[in-house]
Amino acid sequence: MSDVSIIGIGQTKVQESWDTSLRHLAWYAIEEALDDAHTNQIDAIYVGNMMAGQLSHQSHLGALVADFAGLRGAEAMTIEAADASGGAAMRQAVLAVQSGLVKTALVVGVEKMTDQTGNLVTSAMSTGLDADYEAVHGLTNTGVGALLMRRYMHQYGVGVADFAGFSVNAHANGADNPLAMFRNRLKAERFAAAPLVADPVNLFDMAPGGDGSAAVIVTRNERAMDMVPRPVRIAGSAIATDTLALHDRENLLWLKAAETSVQRALAAAGLTADDIDLFELHDSFTVMAALSLEAAGFAAKGEGWQLARDGQIHRDGRIPISTFGGLKARGNPGGATGVYQIVEVARQLRGSAGDCQIEGAKIGMAQNVGSNGASAVTHILRVNE
Amino acid sequence: MEVSRHWRLNEQRYRLVGETCDSCGTKLFPPRDVCLECAAPAKELYTFTGTGEVFSYTTIYDAPAGFEQNAPYTVALVKLEEGPLVTAQLTDMAKDEIHIGMPVEMVTRKLSTDGPEGMIVYGYKFRPAVVAAL
Repeated sequence: MSDVSIIGIGQTKVQESWDTSLRHLAWYAIEEALDDAHTNQIDAIYVGNMMAGQLSHQSHLGALVADFAGLRGAEAMTIEAADASGGAAMRQAVLAVQSGLVKTALVVGVEKMTDQTGNLVTSAMSTGLDADYEAVHGLTNTGVGALLMRRYMHQYGVGVADFAGFSVNAHANGADNPLAMFRNRLKAERFAAAPLVADPVNLFDMAPGGDGSAAVIVTRNERAMDMVPRPVRIAGSAIATDTLALHDRENLLWLKAAETSVQRALAAAGLTADDIDLFELHDSFTVMAALSLEAAGFAAKGEGWQLARDGQIHRDGRIPISTFGGLKARGNPGGATGVYQIVEVARQLRGSAGDCQIEGAKIGMAQNVGSNGASAVTHILRVNE
Repeated sequence: MEVSRHWRLNEQRYRLVGETCDSCGTKLFPPRDVCLECAAPAKELYTFTGTGEVFSYTTIYDAPAGFEQNAPYTVALVKLEEGPLVTAQLTDMAKDEIHIGMPVEMVTRKLSTDGPEGMIVYGYKFRPAVVAAL
């Protein structure tokens, strides 16, 4: 168990925010988190971002955010791990506070994806792949999801329709989340008829990109108890990596980094997978949700999709996932996504999840995955008792 | 233009030159100098035969910059005869004949272009194996 607790959270709605700049997006989430924590004493800022250099012509987000948020002087930098940047930034904040060198740290995930039109976002997302041996052949991030899904279907004998339960669940939960990008419910029969994006991945298999920002403030637990009524403890925190390129993985259909990071986080927390009340996983594609459930130990190899079929992932199921809509319905703001996951688990544990509330949730897990398995960040949060 | 970035990979792009592990004999492509299996040094060059079979594949409709003219195109994971998977486009075949397990062989093709005046990047793609078809 770490000595680090969450004292403040904030988030913006994920959407096309044409009237909001990168810096304003970050500020809105930070402002909410600072208000929530009743403090403006921030010693270090970790910005989770993947693509601002390419999509907004803006690097150096540490200084930008510290400056614009009125926190000039704070230690600040960007943490990048493709679409796991947000989770990786969270991990750095935990390390910093746990070390004792930083008293209070702010994590802000921010991504501005809708300022660019055409295929620039596709190209930017693809920079998370191996540039020399994947992207050079025209492979995209969506294409990687499709290669995984095709092989999963072939190897385990499942069809496209068998993945529908993941998106139906995500949209059902997103419908109850006012901050979700998509609040429409989805019918299983419409899922299988959706247009193809990268065969066999269709429009309803993949998470939509959007603009968004989320923020989390952490400090040492003994201080947290004096500062806010309901601090949420970081019980476990871990990052693991696998081969960058999909073609180099030991087993294409096994998210080794996800498995390793879950095991490390559970060991640190002194818990087992059975103790987890909800799991915010990285459902960038339906097949990624299935693979993450398997790697975390909630399903055997090749059987993750059955948890969706059987309703075990619903809010009243054995292992609820995507409880605010997940990447699929809440939206996937790239490098900010991992911080949204932490905010959402914290809301569940505080009992402030509104219509998305999992009754009696005490321990929650968040997992942010970069480039379909090359990096995986797992955090386990628990009610401070 | 990124001439040197592509030029320095000519041996890989045109001839599938990878490496062999000194210790366990594993063949590596792309070359990475450290064996994926046993982490021993793997610096001895090895030229792959260029034959293999389709392991997974997808058709890309939403193409990144430089590939717009090719879309839709098919990218596959090809399992090379010597073991490794390689990412490459499939070519010279109808979409409905592609299937997992299909025998393929390496050919050299145009990969992408940087506008009408820019550099053309060539490299490996895979087509139906001629030998297997006879």
